[in-house]
Amino acid sequence: MSVKTLTIDGRPVTGRAGETIFNVAWDNGIRIPRLCHVGGLTDVGACRLCLVEIEGQNRLAAACLTPVEEGMVVRTQTDRLREHRRLLVELLLAERNHVCSVCVMNGACELQDLAAELGVDHVRLRYLHPKLEVDTSHERFGMDHNRCVLCTRCVRVCDEVEGAHTKDVAGRGTLSRIIHDLDQPWGESDTCTGCGKCVHVCPTGALFTKGKSVMEMIKDRRFLKYIVTARERRQWILQEEK
Amino acid sequence: MPDSTTAAPPSVRDNREKMLERAMSRHQYSGDALIEVLHAAQELYGYLSPPLLRMIARKLKLPPSRVLGVATFYHFFSLKPKGEHFFQVCTGTACYVAGAPALIEVLERRCCKSGATSPDGKVTVQAVRCIGSCGLAPAVIYDGRILARVTPDQLNQELDRIGVP
Repeated sequence: MSVKTLTIDGRPVTGRAGETIFNVAWDNGIRIPRLCHVGGLTDVGACRLCLVEIEGQNRLAAACLTPVEEGMVVRTQTDRLREHRRLLVELLLAERNHVCSVCVMNGACELQDLAAELGVDHVRLRYLHPKLEVDTSHERFGMDHNRCVLCTRCVRVCDEVEGAHTKDVAGRGTLSRIIHDLDQPWGESDTCTGCGKCVHVCPTGALFTKGKSVMEMIKDRRFLKYIVTARERRQWILQEEK
Repeated sequence: MPDSTTAAPPSVRDNREKMLERAMSRHQYSGDALIEVLHAAQELYGYLSPPLLRMIARKLKLPPSRVLGVATFYHFFSLKPKGEHFFQVCTGTACYVAGAPALIEVLERRCCKSGATSPDGKVTVQAVRCIGSCGLAPAVIYDGRILARVTPDQLNQELDRIGVP
């Protein structure tokens, strides 16, 4: 297995051939922001928050989809990147109705954390205020489309790990939304196994366990690595959350 | 969990079912042929009903959510039945400049909003992007035929002829 040596934020690091910049950075304690990436699932490069600068390339690259190469010089924290990320978070906040004060995930939300980290104290864009549903037809879980950022983690975990592919994305543009089967209420889905994996990978309060009030929802996605390593290597290791 | 629906919509007693079956078998019932199969279904039935989508999902061995996801992504596919007559007004730049907004205004005033079907099921109106016939601007595709240099008067006459109040 060949090893690649590169520089990330001025630090010399090494990664295996085929590994992404994102994974090598995180393994070395360099935290690149992300919303759609989650270890154990296929990367789609949807959120663009992990964009990084690579020396010699004019275009920004999504760290979660770019394999490391020998001699690469990567920068993950520059003024230009911070401004891009800030705008991305503002766009996400303006697109739907993210009201933290009444959210089950307040205090544990990845979108909220990102906004805080990037210093988003206000949104410079006009809010769209779409009228969206809250689907509470499922016995144990609920889906609040107002808080969905369309990262598709739930779609991928349902397809790749649970294997049910109950969820998918319907529509396009601002009308895109997560659906269950043929756009049925979640509780009437024929394929949903009720495993709850989607709920725990969701970065925001869009998917939640019923009965949780403001700030009460705690998500734990250590199960994901556990299942994936078990499946791939026949080893059952409960890892720390990445 | 298994799907309880076993056949195409009950209203279908003609050979459309067979033709759709043929379209699927031409692609060896491959999931990769989903778009082609949806095209065939749309052409045959005029719209994609939930039982039809369910049947396609089962035959191509695809999750229903994926099938609906694809069907809702492309504007070509319609999930609701179309009216007896179908007006597609080109709103490309050339047609827009040549007077497409006035044509849409006539249709929306007399029939229904663009993208919808009139309550009596007579007319479906759709505003479409450039259809590539800029020399005929403003152009309207009326039940599959292209009408060139359409005026609001012509449109009104045609609506009168097909009995739109």
